Amino acid sequence: MARQGSRGGAESKKMSSELFTLTYGALVTQLCKDYENDEDVNKQLDKMGYNIGVRLIEDFLARSNVGRCHDFRETADVIAKVAFKMYLGITPSITNWSPAGDEFSLILENNPLVDFVELPDNHSSLIYSNLLCGVLRGALEMVQMAVDVKFVQDTLKGDGVTEIRMKFIRRIEDNLPAGEE
Amino acid sequence: MTVHNLYLFDRNGICLHYSEWNRKKQAGISKEEEFKLMYGMLFSIRSFVSKMSPLDMKEGFLSFQTSKYKLHYYETPTGLKVVMNTDLGVGNIRDVLHQIYSYIYVEYVVKNPLCSLNETIQSELFRSKLDTFVRSLPFFSARAG
Repeated sequence: MARQGSRGGAESKKMSSELFTLTYGALVTQLCKDYENDEDVNKQLDKMGYNIGVRLIEDFLARSNVGRCHDFRETADVIAKVAFKMYLGITPSITNWSPAGDEFSLILENNPLVDFVELPDNHSSLIYSNLLCGVLRGALEMVQMAVDVKFVQDTLKGDGVTEIRMKFIRRIEDNLPAGEE
Repeated sequence: MTVHNLYLFDRNGICLHYSEWNRKKQAGISKEEEFKLMYGMLFSIRSFVSKMSPLDMKEGFLSFQTSKYKLHYYETPTGLKVVMNTDLGVGNIRDVLHQIYSYIYVEYVVKNPLCSLNETIQSELFRSKLDTFVRSLPFFSARAG
């Protein structure tokens, strides 16, 4: 994605968004070849995303200088307006808050990952962009938030928009390391 | 003004990196014990500071000083802790510690897929970048004051 490594301007790097989209496509295609069924591919995508997320959060914090969020609403705002903007160049809208304020949806008007994609009939249960769920889960886990992330609508499956549902599960408390008096 | 040493801890209390520049006296215990002692103290002082705070606080524990040295502390939301000991002439260096995090740790460890995140940093590149960075700080001086 038109991802800018803005470190004071000196080393701004831009990458073609087409190359990014095609690279992601090649990755998913390879996974579809390597695994028999779509569930396994979805699982792999989530796992890869998770591993990206736990590192990406550090880059995010280093670049954005965002501090700790005070509540889940602030977290939602930072994800949509800062993180998605920074890494994918889009700003999803935040809607459908649960009454308890622990669940919300990110609506992606256009998902840059699926620019050239059409799901073939034999992959009807493939969650093509599932990597994103893993990234969000991994990144938030590193800032002491356990969340559940899943796609509930997908333009690839004929829905009007792409919707990612995020549910807050619990705060992860840090513990004193073992062997400490 | 001078820099004595620097510790880098991960969220689980593992010492990812230690280096020293102008430390004239050692603690007299093994390095492992020293790291444990340091982390234990940081852990306690953090919880002490937040429990005792009369106001809601944002940053929490920043630094403490004795008659001889000053300990500067910086923690990221992900729980990475940067600890630098300097002499007493050094003021607030939060931004310097943040730079160590964002320009050196993130660039040369997090972005290096071969560097594991939860164990001692082996990367020679990281070491040398960190050393160069610290030596170029305005308050770094090889002579202890």
